[in-house]
Amino acid sequence: MASFGFVVLYSAAGGSLTPWAGLHMIRFLVFLGMAIVFSRLKENFWKTIAFPVYITVVIMLLGVELMGAVRGGSQRWLSLGFIRIQPSELMKPAIILAVARFYDLLPAGQIRTWGAIWPLLILLAFPCALILLQPDLGTTITVVAGAMTVAFLAGLPMRLFIGGAAAVAVIAPLAFFFALEEYQQRRVTTFLNPENDPLGAGYHISQSKIAIGSGGIFGKGFLNGTQSHLDYLPEGHTDFVFATMAEEWGLMGGVAVLTGFFLLFRWGLGVAMKAKTRFSQLAAAGLTTTIFFYVAINLMMVMGLAPVVGIPLPFLSHGGSSMMTIMICIGILMAIDRHPGRRSGTFG
Amino acid sequence: MSISGGKTISGAVQALTFSRRATIIGGLQVGIGVLLAGRMAYISVAENERYQLLSESNRVNLTLVPPRRGWLIDRNGKPIANNKTDFRVDLIPDRMRDKEKTVATLAQLLSLDQEEIDRIDKELTQASSFQPVQVATGLDWEKFAAVSVRLPDLPGVSPRQGFSRFYPTGAAVGHLVGYVGIASAEDYKENPDPILVTPGYKIGKDGLEKTFEDRLQGKPGAKRVEVTARGKIVRELDSRPDVPGKALQLTLDVDLQEYAARRLGPESGSVVVMDCETGDILTMTSMPSFDPNSFSDGIGQTEYGMLRDDDHVPLRDKSLKGLFPPGSTIKPMVSLALLRAGIDPEETVSCPGGLRVGNRFFNCHSTHGSVNMKRANAQSCDTYFYKMALRIGYDAIALMARELGLGAKYDLPVASQSYGTVPDTQWIKKRHDREWANFDTVNSAIGQGYFLSNPLQLCVMAARMASGRKLEAKLLFEQDRPAATPLDISPEHLSYVREAMSEVVNGAGTARRARLPLEDIKLGGKTGTAQVVSLKYGRGGRDVPWKFRDHGLFVCFAPVENPRYAASVVIQHGGGSSSAYPVARDVMTFLYDREQAMEKLIALEESWNGTISERMDRQLAAYRAQKELEKAIAEGRIPPPQTEANGEGSAAEVGQ
Repeated sequence: MASFGFVVLYSAAGGSLTPWAGLHMIRFLVFLGMAIVFSRLKENFWKTIAFPVYITVVIMLLGVELMGAVRGGSQRWLSLGFIRIQPSELMKPAIILAVARFYDLLPAGQIRTWGAIWPLLILLAFPCALILLQPDLGTTITVVAGAMTVAFLAGLPMRLFIGGAAAVAVIAPLAFFFALEEYQQRRVTTFLNPENDPLGAGYHISQSKIAIGSGGIFGKGFLNGTQSHLDYLPEGHTDFVFATMAEEWGLMGGVAVLTGFFLLFRWGLGVAMKAKTRFSQLAAAGLTTTIFFYVAINLMMVMGLAPVVGIPLPFLSHGGSSMMTIMICIGILMAIDRHPGRRSGTFG
Repeated sequence: MSISGGKTISGAVQALTFSRRATIIGGLQVGIGVLLAGRMAYISVAENERYQLLSESNRVNLTLVPPRRGWLIDRNGKPIANNKTDFRVDLIPDRMRDKEKTVATLAQLLSLDQEEIDRIDKELTQASSFQPVQVATGLDWEKFAAVSVRLPDLPGVSPRQGFSRFYPTGAAVGHLVGYVGIASAEDYKENPDPILVTPGYKIGKDGLEKTFEDRLQGKPGAKRVEVTARGKIVRELDSRPDVPGKALQLTLDVDLQEYAARRLGPESGSVVVMDCETGDILTMTSMPSFDPNSFSDGIGQTEYGMLRDDDHVPLRDKSLKGLFPPGSTIKPMVSLALLRAGIDPEETVSCPGGLRVGNRFFNCHSTHGSVNMKRANAQSCDTYFYKMALRIGYDAIALMARELGLGAKYDLPVASQSYGTVPDTQWIKKRHDREWANFDTVNSAIGQGYFLSNPLQLCVMAARMASGRKLEAKLLFEQDRPAATPLDISPEHLSYVREAMSEVVNGAGTARRARLPLEDIKLGGKTGTAQVVSLKYGRGGRDVPWKFRDHGLFVCFAPVENPRYAASVVIQHGGGSSSAYPVARDVMTFLYDREQAMEKLIALEESWNGTISERMDRQLAAYRAQKELEKAIAEGRIPPPQTEANGEGSAAEVGQ
């Protein structure tokens, strides 16, 4: 999958390793190494570090607010001198681990009580507030959705989710008018009617759809994408990498990528099903779902089914932080796969 | 244990819940996956065609190539207006990054003067973002190359090789041919064709260029180029050549036209020459004029200001729009009317230097004694015509004037003509609401009073008298034009008048110096001096201020025996007919003996300090210097020049 990303980025740079494809491959290999190291670590290790990691990342988010570098209109990066990381990305796996750990610790009988809910809300409140301050709505939604999925899987009463969905339906319009930044509002309105403003805010979506649409079934051929090579497609190597790919490889390429992701998720959920401990079950399913959110939101955005939010496509998009998040998720999933745990472990 | 047991049971329930809910999530994920695949298939298969089109229109940029304009050629096929290869530089405002710096760099590379820079800055602020702003045209290869190699540092600068309109004879054809220019915002509003805003595309703005715009225009070519989102051209895909406009052949003899223009020299005037067989206009020139080349390249403000402020009105075509009292040049025409009314040409009238009509005395310019019709023409005796006109009444004369083409508007492809007035009893009633009086007859009989004609009409009058045919003035060349119908005038009368006109030049006449320096060709003509102000200011000769001087006129034809060419020369404020007939003589000479005529012209131009363009350049330089001076004084950079009285005063102050 990452190799395909390499090939696509190779083309996006006009048939050259620089500036994207080479780095992409190196990063992938580095993070793959990291994932393999992660996979050697036992479940207990992950259990133990779940909360400390969560707290560390919250502190890092705080750090971003205090001294983050200004980038792209919002503060997201934390410069650690030798490396720049995006703590909000790290929050995605961290929240999964923390919530999974919480429900692991929670006695089974209390799952349908108030006690199962308020700690979840507190766990969510800090990172969400900090990420929203950046402001980064896309990541916030992913974080919340990841945590909710874990909670859902943990067995919180179904009516809470139905009620929650209803509440969101009511709050969303209010939030749109009162809580969203102007540029976010514009993205939403543009999404609803992209052709209104084809040269302005709707440009991303229009050009992306043109790229995908003009690709047809078999695509224009490798290195022949005009939308991406002539700079019509914005962010053709990051968020809109799928459009770059689809233009050159057509529907076939798109289906291949979708199939790849399908296999990945099936494996991820399979790991969760096979896992013997509650923590590993919840963590595996939660991590899989996190990756799924990346893919789903990105593809929906690229195809004009969702507003433009800056969420990259795992494995294909060029970008270090998201690659790291994905590979952390994969690494932990591999660790759980390797050590499904003994049922007795819960009692030990 | 019971708690633990309960926990185990709950744990089992939880495990069940987990797998059930995990299945739901898995199902949802598959659902979304299918939705995405479906959506993608829909975009890429069902709407493929539409998006492919959009992608193409993104990628491919159609650039229009301005067509070459049709040539204007003279009767012998010589170019009057053609196209020359032109290296030009334009600016595309919305692609520029640092406007000031770019303009400054261009100014340095192309050595533009301050006036040009000001114009570019002004146009840049006014132009809509897609409309190109011309920086310079007619560049030489070195300068063009200098800009081209620096293109990467100069975004928004567009150097192009194209064609620009060129008028080889410059100012000589200015009024007649007009000029071309960039389409105005109004033109574009009327006809929003993208070719109109393509750099280098010009439309006819005046004269024949405007009248025959459709014919001369041609069809633009097109170039399909692949461009990036930022407008950078990647490569050329294909191109369709332009279809040049059709050429237009005029009746002019451009050599004669140029000669006439040059021969007018520093005077303000007009020369019209017609072919007496066809009515073809061989020359219709009005000087001073403007150089249509400067106009077509986008004239500078100073140059335009100079043309506008000049009291010799170079912007007005005097041949068609200059109205002058024809003066004595209509006397042959009046003679024809007298002959038709039965006046015996041998009947004499005594000229004591004028005629009393009612309580006013009308002067003749001299005391001619006893004159018959021939002598009255040769000597231009006013008294004879006063008296005879009073006898036959003015309406008979006005009728003849109209038959000979005066007061008429001709069917010519020109933007406008001023066709003047042939006054008569009806006209004066309509126009001035009074009865025609005897003094009107007297005034009008010598081409004064209300009588007004343009120089072309005078030439048509001469040509009709010379040929005896109802010639129509023609500007568009046609082979084998059918002969014009004969005039309803007795041939004997015509030949009498032609003889009288020959007498003017070749006999004891007023224009003996107009005799052609050719052995076998004789010129017949009639002088005219048209008063500008009342005689009480004195005769408007050379000794009064320019604008009070009389107009000098001359109509003529040659050869006398079998007329081939007719001409009219009008010199505005020339101080009398003596300013006009030497010009007519030399222009006529040119038709028969170019070398001899040129020799004379070159000698004359030496005394005028150069050719037309040299004089115009000098005039522009002087005008510019004067404007600079005025500006400097206005800004207080240098003290104003002192009048003489003041000069002494201030000198005294300095002394103290």
